Amino acid sequence: MEAFTTHTGRAVPLRRGNVDTDQIIPAHWLKKVTRNGFEDGLFEAWRKDPSFVLNAPEYKGATVLVAGPDFGTGSSREHAVWALQNYGFKAVISSRYADIFRGNSLKNGLLTVVLPQETVEALWKLVEADPTTEVTVDLVAREVRAEGVTAPFELDDNARWRLLEGLDDISLTLGNEADIAAYEARRPSYKPSTVQV
Amino acid sequence: MGRTLAEKVWDDHVVRRAEGEPDLLFIDLHLLHEVTSPQAFDGLRMNGRVVRRTDLTIATEDHNTPTLDIDKPIADPVSRTQLETLRKNCAEFGVRLHPLGDIEQGVVHVVGPQLGLTQPGTTVVCGDSHTSTHGAFGALAFGIGTSQVEHVLATQTLPMAPFRTMAVTVDGELPDGVTAKDLILAVIARIGTGGGQGYVIEYRGTAIEKLSMEARMTVCNMSIEAGARAGMIAPDRTTFDYLEGRVHAPTGEDWDAAVAYWKTLRTDEDAVFDHEVRIDAAELAPFVTWGTNPGQGAPLSASVPDPASFADPSDRLAAEKALEYMGLSAGQPLREVAVDTVFVGSCTNGRIEDLRAAASVVEGRKVADGVRMLVVPGSVRVALQAVEEGLDQVFTAAGAEWRHAGCSMCLGMNPDQLAPGERSASTSNRNFEGRQGKGGRTHLVSPQVAAATAVAGRLASPADLSDVPAPAEV
Ligand code: SF4
Repeated sequence: MEAFTTHTGRAVPLRRGNVDTDQIIPAHWLKKVTRNGFEDGLFEAWRKDPSFVLNAPEYKGATVLVAGPDFGTGSSREHAVWALQNYGFKAVISSRYADIFRGNSLKNGLLTVVLPQETVEALWKLVEADPTTEVTVDLVAREVRAEGVTAPFELDDNARWRLLEGLDDISLTLGNEADIAAYEARRPSYKPSTVQV
Repeated sequence: MGRTLAEKVWDDHVVRRAEGEPDLLFIDLHLLHEVTSPQAFDGLRMNGRVVRRTDLTIATEDHNTPTLDIDKPIADPVSRTQLETLRKNCAEFGVRLHPLGDIEQGVVHVVGPQLGLTQPGTTVVCGDSHTSTHGAFGALAFGIGTSQVEHVLATQTLPMAPFRTMAVTVDGELPDGVTAKDLILAVIARIGTGGGQGYVIEYRGTAIEKLSMEARMTVCNMSIEAGARAGMIAPDRTTFDYLEGRVHAPTGEDWDAAVAYWKTLRTDEDAVFDHEVRIDAAELAPFVTWGTNPGQGAPLSASVPDPASFADPSDRLAAEKALEYMGLSAGQPLREVAVDTVFVGSCTNGRIEDLRAAASVVEGRKVADGVRMLVVPGSVRVALQAVEEGLDQVFTAAGAEWRHAGCSMCLGMNPDQLAPGERSASTSNRNFEGRQGKGGRTHLVSPQVAAATAVAGRLASPADLSDVPAPAEV
């Protein structure tokens, strides 16, 4: 995984709540067997509408997505995270995320920051008034900064450390091989097995 | 202090617990399908890793599979590649696979329970959010992303952040014609699509205890639509009876030991939930959605709500956008909403009981002119059982299409899709914009309401069918 320390970039205001992963990347894109090439599928249906915010030339090249509450609900598709990253987003800001989406994002190095809705609102106003506004998402200081906004955010130490170091979860877990083997040895025999009978 | 059911199952699976780290949990059963696994297998290959426990892993094909002409090569080359990739990966890594055409093929969440693989007190994961279905057995079952699929393949464990517990207690008697689907839609409308975030929900109370295993699966299936990590129901006699004799259920001494353990899987009297919701079963009614998220629902007897009636500004905005997308106007009675498609199937309502319920409504009646009704069994086993009972005949005689097992129109990854502007009554679980096809409009309903809607041509419950020709006397 790519490490995340701090990022500064322009931001897109997505004034919508409950953005589900079917909107982020529609199902027909899920037939691909790679982790890349999803950028054109990002918000595909909405992008057909010329007035959709991502189509506005002033937000081209923005790398921070500021979204409404309950971002990433619905399907567990990690493709939603890949699509956001493939398109160029490094961080998402929202007041609330669906659990699976949040987990997926942090495993891929897409930083999902939780800020109160008032701060989201303030950021929306800021980047709507001036699309060239830069927003800094600083994981080291656990802080989001923009003109007139300094907002601390929380992320548990373990998740933060993995992101800062760009650590691969699987290698970390395999470091605990002895614990896994010990658990397996004491597992009851009545537990199900998929071996064909 | 006592522990809840979810906490007991969690504690029994902790491989490693260390200060400042998430618990590392052992995974008893890992279900795979074609959509969320290819990148995970790629990851294993790239790092020279193997599947640690092929004996706890099983795969089937469901999301992409066609429901017609299954003996012919799949027309869509991209879908075909994805299925071929799964076959190649399973062969290479030694994973058991039930491909299209196999007798055990079907929607992954229908297949696990019917094989007896889903058991009380187990941890079950799958790269699919509706893994919550398996919680109906008292399993801790949750959907995971592809990175986690890879993690489980390689280690048979997952580091998991702690959860909070919520009790949804439904006491009393469900009125006639009210089903598990109506119950869960009402729960979601009550707590909202984000209401369950961070929680494992335990459904309890006398109305839940009376539900069949299939109805319990319907309830737990849609926990994710309330944002919950998982849904669970304590195992009881109904659970044990369902499992006994299934291919992968324990036998002999193992069965006795298993049942003895399973009986301990109840929330202790003195356990405390972080949040509690109470619902009186007697107040429930057939429920349908009017909007574009599963929380936007109302009783069938109600009207489309006025967005202005929502106190919360973001709910109001969401309702406005939803009505625009759905082509509905405030105040329109839901019973007057005409549909052109009816879909009976999915991991929510594609089991044999669901098909029986829908068949009993259309029996001796006709699907309304201009309405297309698709019946898609959840698995090949369900399909065979339905054929044995003659349900396929009932459906085709009524003018419905009887299809092959798979996810089908639940998400429209295969050719079964709504055209732009088409409107469906669907027994699936998501009414998101475009979920069943670009521009398609979805109303989530129970199998009974779906069937009655097919006959009436507009949203209806079986009780509303008195004005259409009654079934012929037999
Ligand atoms: S039936 Fe629908 S919800 Fe269930 S697994 Fe298939 S696509 Fe997902």
